[in-house]
Amino acid sequence: MKQGLFKITKNIPLTDSVYLMVLEGDTSDITVPGQFINIKLDGQFLRRPISVCDVSNKDVTIIYKVVGHGTELMSGYTNETIDVLTGLGNGYDTSLSGDRPVLLGGGVGVPPLYLLAKKLIEEGKKPSVILGFNTKNEIFYEDEFRRLGADVYVTTVDGSYGIKGFVTDALKSIDYTYFYTCGPEPMLKAVHKASTTSGQLSFEERMGCGFGACMGCSCKTLTGYKRICKEGPVMLKEEILWEK
Amino acid sequence: MGKMSVNLCGITLDNPVIPASGTFGFGYEFAELYDINILGTFSFKGTTLNSRFGNPTPRIAECTAGMINAVGLQNPGVDKVISEELVKLKKCFNKKVMANVSGFSVDEYVETCRLIDACEQVGWLEVNVSCPNVHGGGMSFGTLPESAAEVTRAVKKVTTKPVILKLSPNVTDIVAIAKACEEAGADGISLINTMLGMRIDLKSKKPVIANKMGGFSGPAIFPVAVRMVYQVSSAVKIPVVGMGGVSTAEDVVEMMLAGATAVEVGAANLVNPYACRDIIEDLPRVMEKYRIDSLESIIGGAH
Ligand SMILES: Cc1cc2nc3c(=O)[nH]c(=O)nc-3n(C[C@H](O)[C@H](O)[C@H](O)COP(=O)(O)OP(=O)(O)OC[C@H]3O[C@@H](n4cnc5c(N)ncnc54)[C@H](O)[C@@H]3O)c2cc1C
Ligand SMILES: Cc1cc2nc3c(=O)[nH]c(=O)nc-3n(C[C@H](O)[C@H](O)[C@H](O)COP(=O)(O)O)c2cc1C
Ligand code: FES
Repeated sequence: MKQGLFKITKNIPLTDSVYLMVLEGDTSDITVPGQFINIKLDGQFLRRPISVCDVSNKDVTIIYKVVGHGTELMSGYTNETIDVLTGLGNGYDTSLSGDRPVLLGGGVGVPPLYLLAKKLIEEGKKPSVILGFNTKNEIFYEDEFRRLGADVYVTTVDGSYGIKGFVTDALKSIDYTYFYTCGPEPMLKAVHKASTTSGQLSFEERMGCGFGACMGCSCKTLTGYKRICKEGPVMLKEEILWEK
Repeated sequence: MGKMSVNLCGITLDNPVIPASGTFGFGYEFAELYDINILGTFSFKGTTLNSRFGNPTPRIAECTAGMINAVGLQNPGVDKVISEELVKLKKCFNKKVMANVSGFSVDEYVETCRLIDACEQVGWLEVNVSCPNVHGGGMSFGTLPESAAEVTRAVKKVTTKPVILKLSPNVTDIVAIAKACEEAGADGISLINTMLGMRIDLKSKKPVIANKMGGFSGPAIFPVAVRMVYQVSSAVKIPVVGMGGVSTAEDVVEMMLAGATAVEVGAANLVNPYACRDIIEDLPRVMEKYRIDSLESIIGGAH
């Protein structure tokens, strides 16, 4: 983990409520796709955890949805300098993927899959990507994934674009060696159940610190208690214990 | 003794700054960030006889200038704390550590304290009496002077190290409880633990925290903590460790003026992992600004 000051160089809407932000600063601690950063906002006591969507040696890209006070505040920022903790969480392990992994993202669970897809392609693998949204005007990053060279499928719940239904409906027609997913918990559960291979799932929890100090984000797994912020957010399919 | 050093129950601290229990784990997460030997000491995660997962999630809520937690004393249990956590800690911390202990019966406090007292690394036992007494209808030990005194007496019988009773602010008369602990043999008092609080989510129209209520802490509770430290330190002769909302070097000085011999920093560590280092580095500036030659000399200065 590293604490650093980051300068906002871009903050633009991608849809009505989803924004893309680019932060310039020391990104050396961001080493694995699926990690997150924790952002200090003026006037908010706790930091806001947001996944890394993309990273270069000088900046990090995040995509966030406005859902409450903090993200609302973020959407109004222009060129502020903000305090960020980087290099948090374990991230996805690409060594287990096989040749044809499938990546399933739902809503703002899509962003971390971008850096993951990039890495898998760099490693010479052929990922398929399924992006799930509620409706056509919520879709973002379809073209960006295509430009990476991934096989992209889009699903919408209301059928206004792409395949009608959920990400698991698109999964049926795909031949894959492994899966990676991030999204709302009901989607993770559905993917866990529908998948025919092993895979990795990324979870969310309300966090006190984001770096393992407070035990605020613990969950039970078949391999013991884990902190979502430290031993997670990515868990193996085989260790997950659904409680709620 | 240096300008910042204080004496807490017979042990000299290089400075009065102590990360509070539950916000600093067992130290080594922070040791990756800075040399934690610069701390006065730190109070490790509340330890119980048996391992505990704690409460269901969500365990955390935010509020203006603070937070609410309902972690529920997640810890690996005293045996593992001694055989694993303290062993790991030894590699990065060469001072005496403060052992924070919790229990759900007097016997549990006694057994846990007895085992921890034997650890060479431990300098003080900080006994958290905010937990519910399972044999007492779930009422916390810290809400009645008699039950707080009972825990104190029982723990003192099986320990050799200074025993500091950590009090809950969720009581009608904190002074009576502090005095009862002092009479029962406590070597020090620390306060305040978290205040009972709650948040409700407007979208779901349900409590944010799964446990519904939780412990409220952070800068918002600072004035309550200063007031209670002032009241308790006026009434007892044993040293008082002050905490609740401390996040700056100025706050440390204010707590000491209220009567604290040492000062714990809790929630601030979660937001700024360098909070305690920053406070310690800033103390000389604040001392100079307010013409303070030695921190020990200002303890209780506001009385
Ligand atoms: C590991 C991780 C990665 C995430 N990645 C992304 C991402 O890439 N894009 C994105 O849009 N969102 C992401 N989230 C969710 C994001 O953290 C929340 O939407 C955000 O914190 C809400 O803040 P707010 O102030 O707008 O909401 P408020 O409801 O006002 O926030 C109040 C408190 O609750 C917390 N909180 C609220 N919702 C969530 C949630 N879903 N998860 C965790 N804490 C929450 C806030 O952090 C804050 O402490 C991620 C969460 C986690 C844990
Ligand atoms: C996440 C969290 C966990 C805590 N766990 C413990 C604990 O295990 N034992 C204990 O005595 N106090 C515990 N506390 C209370 C703190 O040690 C401290 O008394 C309280 O938070 C007030 O200080 P603050 O406002 O600086 O946070 C915890 C506090 C927080 C925020
Ligand atoms: S959020 Fe503090 S331990 Fe995970």
